[in-house]
Amino acid sequence: MAKVLIPTPLRQFADKHDSVDLAGATVAEVLASLTQKFPDLRKQLFNDEGKMRSFVNVYLNDDDIRYLKKDATPVAAGDTLSIVPSIAGGV
Amino acid sequence: MAVATPPIPLTKDEILRYSRHLILPEVSMEGQLKLKSAKVLMVGAGGLGAPLGLYLAASGVGRIGIVDFDVVDFTNLQRQVIHGTKDVGKKKLDSAAESMLDINPYMTVDKFDTAITSDNAFEIIKDYDIVVDGTDNFPTRYLINDACVLLKKPNVYGSIFRFEGQATIFAYPGGPCYRCLYPEPPPPGLVPSCAEGGVLGILPGTIGMIQATETVKLILGVGETLVGRLLLFDALAMRFRELKLRRNPECPVCGDHPSIHELIDYHQFCGVPNPAEVAAMSEKSAEKQAGFMSDTEIDAVALKARLDRGDKFQFIDVREPNEYQIASIPGAKLIPLGDVPKRVGELDPNTEVIVHCKMGGRSAKACDFLRQSGFKNVKNMLGGITAWSDKIDPSVPKY
Repeated sequence: MAKVLIPTPLRQFADKHDSVDLAGATVAEVLASLTQKFPDLRKQLFNDEGKMRSFVNVYLNDDDIRYLKKDATPVAAGDTLSIVPSIAGGV
Repeated sequence: MAVATPPIPLTKDEILRYSRHLILPEVSMEGQLKLKSAKVLMVGAGGLGAPLGLYLAASGVGRIGIVDFDVVDFTNLQRQVIHGTKDVGKKKLDSAAESMLDINPYMTVDKFDTAITSDNAFEIIKDYDIVVDGTDNFPTRYLINDACVLLKKPNVYGSIFRFEGQATIFAYPGGPCYRCLYPEPPPPGLVPSCAEGGVLGILPGTIGMIQATETVKLILGVGETLVGRLLLFDALAMRFRELKLRRNPECPVCGDHPSIHELIDYHQFCGVPNPAEVAAMSEKSAEKQAGFMSDTEIDAVALKARLDRGDKFQFIDVREPNEYQIASIPGAKLIPLGDVPKRVGELDPNTEVIVHCKMGGRSAKACDFLRQSGFKNVKNMLGGITAWSDKIDPSVPKY
């Protein structure tokens, strides 16, 4: 099981959860479990072609998966997957 | 970062003022003189800019430019501590400069009474050593990023949302930029603004102070800065986390073969209307008679008349329950925007629906959804409950 951290802007699409433990051997599999559990998240995270949206970053522990093996990056038990969307507030 | 240190000695008064810095080996006289000769540009004198401005001034940064075109209002005071109740109605620039010079008269404030745009960004930024981004929207953040990369100025970045904040330094030589982290902005409307989503008043203080700390470290050239690290702060969990940031060799602005060499149209890039055009449009719509109604929109005056006449329509409020508690329009049924899809069955698609929210943004989204779901007659109430308070019933509190 990996822990997936859900950021504030996306919690409204995940029954208000801030984290959830999910199974999966790769990032793609864990995210598939996530969007299966919370179907409303799918549109937020993926475009119509099923590709990850470019304003959403996924980190395995503290590494950006774009610099690992992208969504084929292996996930081990106890890993933390963080979804980090861009926010712009400042005033 | 190296800041030239001209030999302007500190006066006796300044030595007394900065004594706790001067006895700190990491700052000492050399560092204090670096601070005094440093030039920092703060973009925004709001939530993040407030603590930044106060502390950078107190620290002895010699020259601080502020870019802001806004006026202090009552809703700012919950977090923008550089402004006081007496400053409501004043330009934020003037109010901020006054507070900073009150703390430290041995510094200079440059005031830029404008929005930063693709036309003026280079001119404003070029004379400063460091830019601190305390703005509140995606187009401006991409603009500041690109301008800083192209002018080779470090960009001390902070952003906030409700209880969460992010901070890092972009555009430091060899380090990543904002586009390396987020190549593209989210589609408009996905992330609500602080005015719609709310923000814990203390949060911009925490993130602004991290930006101030990093700015001072860059000037002094001490410590380990946030270059290459994205600091995430969750105030509810009271947890800081850190993620690695890398420069993307394929980044269109700071990569090995950049394709962007000048500033672009950032509103178009982010898919949002240009505020200047919106202002022109709202001036136009102000020319519309009060009592305006079309097939898709209705203003507060026309809505009031129809309510008074007892017209038959479904009147929906799509704000959150905590907002409904603050104020509501009589007769409106609360269905928060996020619940509209699953509660759409409560509405009759063949009867007219009028939707309102706080200012008209969320209700426009609800209207789009209802039309896509086959509702034939759906109208968005222009200006939301805020317009109702302004035009119909001043006893309804604004928030």
